[in-house]
Amino acid sequence: MNTNKLLDLLRQNARLSNAELGVMLGESESAVAEEISRLERDGIIMGYSAIIDEEKADENGVTAIIELKITPVKDCGFDDLAHTIMAYEEVDSVFLLSGANDLSVTISGTSLRNVALFVSERLAVLDGVLSTTTHFILRRYKEKGHIFNEDNFDDRGLVSP
Amino acid sequence: MDYDNLIPQKIRDIQPSGIRKFFDIAQHVEGVISLSIGEPDFKTPWAARKEAINILEKGKTAYTANSGLIELRKTVCNYLKNFIHTEYDPEREVIITVGGSEAIDLAVRAMIEPGDEVLVPEPSFVCYSPIVSMMGGTAVPIVTKAEDKFRLTAAALKEKITPKTKLLVLPYPNNPTGAVMRRGDLEAIAEVLRGTNIVVASDEIYAEMTYNGVKHVSIAEMDGMRERTIVISGFSKAYAMTGWRLGYVAGPQPIIKQMLKLHQYCIMSSPTVSQYAAIVAMEKCAADVEHMVEEYDMRRRLVVKGFNDMGLECFEPEGAFYVFPCIKSTGMTSSEFCERLVYEKKVAVVPGSAFGESGEGFVRVSYAYSVTHLTTALARIREFLEELKK
Repeated sequence: MNTNKLLDLLRQNARLSNAELGVMLGESESAVAEEISRLERDGIIMGYSAIIDEEKADENGVTAIIELKITPVKDCGFDDLAHTIMAYEEVDSVFLLSGANDLSVTISGTSLRNVALFVSERLAVLDGVLSTTTHFILRRYKEKGHIFNEDNFDDRGLVSP
Repeated sequence: MDYDNLIPQKIRDIQPSGIRKFFDIAQHVEGVISLSIGEPDFKTPWAARKEAINILEKGKTAYTANSGLIELRKTVCNYLKNFIHTEYDPEREVIITVGGSEAIDLAVRAMIEPGDEVLVPEPSFVCYSPIVSMMGGTAVPIVTKAEDKFRLTAAALKEKITPKTKLLVLPYPNNPTGAVMRRGDLEAIAEVLRGTNIVVASDEIYAEMTYNGVKHVSIAEMDGMRERTIVISGFSKAYAMTGWRLGYVAGPQPIIKQMLKLHQYCIMSSPTVSQYAAIVAMEKCAADVEHMVEEYDMRRRLVVKGFNDMGLECFEPEGAFYVFPCIKSTGMTSSEFCERLVYEKKVAVVPGSAFGESGEGFVRVSYAYSVTHLTTALARIREFLEELKK
């Protein structure tokens, strides 16, 4: 089984059936099912979700990327604060970064105001947070390999040789 | 102006490409998803694009030698030596052309005069017969059949050979069927041709795209065939360079010498920037080609199974990036099928009849699209068929 290819296909489209995946990989449906179970068991596949144009789905909806500078704590580094932040249900993702900032946090909210308040009242005040920089997402062009507005992206004609 | 009398009858008689005709229908339907494109969905490998930018920055924008940059001709010869085990002299036996299309045009124009017959296996790409007609020759179709895996058989070939036969077009891997000629098939064809004065125009534009472990073999490799074979290929499909308009032709010097004169007066020299980029493509982008072929192969299996599962019998193609399912079970002609499919389900595929009469009863489906695009289109075709049954 070519696991990299399988993961690649699932990254592109997690709704492909095991039968479809099997055909493409030259494997049986059951072999694909088994391999996916293994990947789930081993924590390589962590879950499945849809890629949604949030701004389209909810006109007022906003997403922000917040970069935090924080003070590492003896023995546990950045983990402690990361754990606190990831426990907030408003938070979609938390990454530890290299470079000038330490944590990158993604938050979705129902309005700009809500997100801004969340940052000022919940994140900025946490012990160890030195500074926050909030970037609101204005438009999605591409996410996880998916191009938004793909209709305009394929510049090939409808029909050709 | 009396245009009708102005334009020669044989030019007016030429039919526009059936692929094109269908395009005119499809483009007026809103929200169509297409499975009809005969070009890669990949972008040209970055290394080749970067080289083009570099060449533009350096201002290398002049004509090249008529037959193309000598560095590129050497690269092509080197490539052919490895790929089809056939050696050509870069000085005298290769021309860099404006796509494989120009190479086809040159070959036919250099070879054919009124009264000559050109054998064309069908279904096949649309350009061979019109060029033959323009030269006053006669294109003689040889029907290939699904039960023969759409390969040209020696028996079918023999049947069509007459004293007037001058040229055999050998379009494999085939557009639209995806058929590939195996070594044994080619040996049988070679056996028929050796000792005749018939030349083969071997259109190998899809040669790099073969699947199931099948490797492309050129008829030029067969004993005694190099001297009677014009190998035509290009960069469009393998390197996803359709818009760069670059192909090549290799063959025996006495033929290439004549073709070069036609090329010289018509084209001068192929696009310079494209030629430099093509050197990099051929020398450095083998891994990109391999990656693209692997992707096509996955999609090919998905689409073949998709059609077979929905009851449209589909020959398993071994090359190119098309499948050619049979739609006879729907009782429709291929044009009707395609028109209704595009109006009712907004999916564009090309009627098989565009590729010669023997393509009737089939449609050409390109899988040069993302997996998501393909699964969406297949689902719509399945719906279309289910609604037909009601």
